[in-house]
Amino acid sequence: MSTDTLPAKEAAAPAASSPGGRNTLRSKRRRNALRTLAFMSPWLIGFGVFFAYPLVSTLYFSFMKYDGLNPPTWRGVDNWTYVFGEFPQFWPALRNTLWLAVVMVACRVLFGLGVGMLITKIKTAAGVFRTLFYLPYLAPPVAATLAFVFLLNPGTGPVNALLEAVGLPAPSWFNDASWSKPALTVLAVWGVGDLMVIFMAALLDVPKEQYEAAELDGASAWQRFRYVTLPNISPIVLFAVVTGIIGAMQYYTQPIVAAKVASGKMGGSGEVFVPGYPDESTLTLPQLVYSLGFSQFNYGAACVVALVLFAFSMAFTALLMRRRGGLIGSGD
Amino acid sequence: MTTATAPHGASPAEKRARRRSLLHWIAVHSLGIAAALFFVLPFVFVLLTSLMSDDQALTRDLTPNSWHWDNYVKVFETPGFLTWWKNSLLYAGLGTALVVVSSIPVAYALAKFRFRGRHLSLLLVISMMMLPPQVVIIPMYLFWAKQMDLSGTLWPLIIPMAFGDAFAIFLLRQFLLTIPDEYVEAARIDGCGELRTLIRVVLPMAKPGIAAVALFQFFYCWNDYFGPQIYASENATAWTLSYGLESFKGAHHTDWNLTMAATVLVMAPVILVFFFAQKAFVEGVTLTGVKG
Repeated sequence: MSTDTLPAKEAAAPAASSPGGRNTLRSKRRRNALRTLAFMSPWLIGFGVFFAYPLVSTLYFSFMKYDGLNPPTWRGVDNWTYVFGEFPQFWPALRNTLWLAVVMVACRVLFGLGVGMLITKIKTAAGVFRTLFYLPYLAPPVAATLAFVFLLNPGTGPVNALLEAVGLPAPSWFNDASWSKPALTVLAVWGVGDLMVIFMAALLDVPKEQYEAAELDGASAWQRFRYVTLPNISPIVLFAVVTGIIGAMQYYTQPIVAAKVASGKMGGSGEVFVPGYPDESTLTLPQLVYSLGFSQFNYGAACVVALVLFAFSMAFTALLMRRRGGLIGSGD
Repeated sequence: MTTATAPHGASPAEKRARRRSLLHWIAVHSLGIAAALFFVLPFVFVLLTSLMSDDQALTRDLTPNSWHWDNYVKVFETPGFLTWWKNSLLYAGLGTALVVVSSIPVAYALAKFRFRGRHLSLLLVISMMMLPPQVVIIPMYLFWAKQMDLSGTLWPLIIPMAFGDAFAIFLLRQFLLTIPDEYVEAARIDGCGELRTLIRVVLPMAKPGIAAVALFQFFYCWNDYFGPQIYASENATAWTLSYGLESFKGAHHTDWNLTMAATVLVMAPVILVFFFAQKAFVEGVTLTGVKG
């Protein structure tokens, strides 16, 4: 790391150079610092105004009673005890987020790995397959969610028509509290293209000699996967799991659009949209920030949920950064 | 696949190996076709439904009896739809340009300068990248609505993009790391200032990285739902396609055909852009996941 070299230079400079040389060294260093500052300035301003300030402000409001109209008044830990103790939607939302972080992430990673392995084996028209597999990842979330609410529509949707045609049970998907999260998982698995590409690159990086050596030793296909492939790609699997969990924490657009469209209550013209339809089964933490803040104008409680979200996200981000050679990688 | 070593022409062992590799080919490609159907059929069903008549869209039919291309005309005639389209282009176009211009110097400094606090800056960039937007939304909304009086517009979403975007900075930095330092040093020795080095030497080599960042940013803005919901929901003339699309279903209650036509029109630009810039995009996805 660069900071290690700086003190050493500083110590060596006075002994080695004349007073004149010292001045030029100092001015050069100052010029370099100014140059760095100039190049970094857009982000430094952005960091202050759009990250540090609002974060401190969120902490401040979490101890205040504030509705956006009357001036904020001190409330102590009341917002915190309200959210954890009385606010009925907090624990369901946390449970849902946990469900998504486990089941949805696991399905996406396993499926992404499977498709990634498949694509490295496909020899004919590989480019066409790759493009087709990747395309759903690009579908705008609102459009993709609308499409899936239609496709999984219990009455007239083509998926249930197909399921019934082959004699399988046809669930109510987005209209049934026990099927709404699996329906969202199907949607998430459909857009697995990002993981496929990452896994594909990792799989192609596994040294060929290791497979050849394993084959000479008479390893079966499973053994080759278990003892050659998996150890080689495990950092990427971990990366996919951790970023997947962070994504699950932020999961917002798909559940809120699905709930609105499936319930038929869009929240416009007098209808009150209650997030989480059906039965709070699609409620997630980010939705609570929105509904507490912008429907109930309880900014204090909204900030408490925001800080819970912050704590979770940063905990997993720290995990990501601690891994040697993980996200930050080379250059240090 | 593996071919067993056979010393003479078509020995039984070789034949067996050839048959095995043919079976393997069939198995892999059947699986591939099954997976392709899973990925493509939703698009196909949406497209087919968008061409059905109002009544047929409410049935279980999979293909239209008669093809109603005028559904797309009806979507464009829906009040607001063209405005949303324009707003999406403004948000995505301006946002992308601002993010690219403001993120390049920061990424360059993080990749090629040695300075105290570089590592810390990088950690903070990653933290910002992973921060759910909802965490800071209350103070941000109060800032833009009360201090700046800009609620009901898209400016609270566009202006911050002039101050770099954490994801763009991170991705560009990863890309710039792959450019050897020797190029930068050679330019410095030739007497180029840092800005000239960046513009004349580094940027031409970083084109694929910049293209990837621009694409990601364009898609992010185009797809953004939360941002317009917070700042623009009160003013329908400031809605974007992604936000307006949802209300489309509300306005056209049971008209799944029109809703699906609108869905196609929101998906189409993204998919078209992807076909033209596939390589840069896939490269970008790989760069963020795998170390540079």
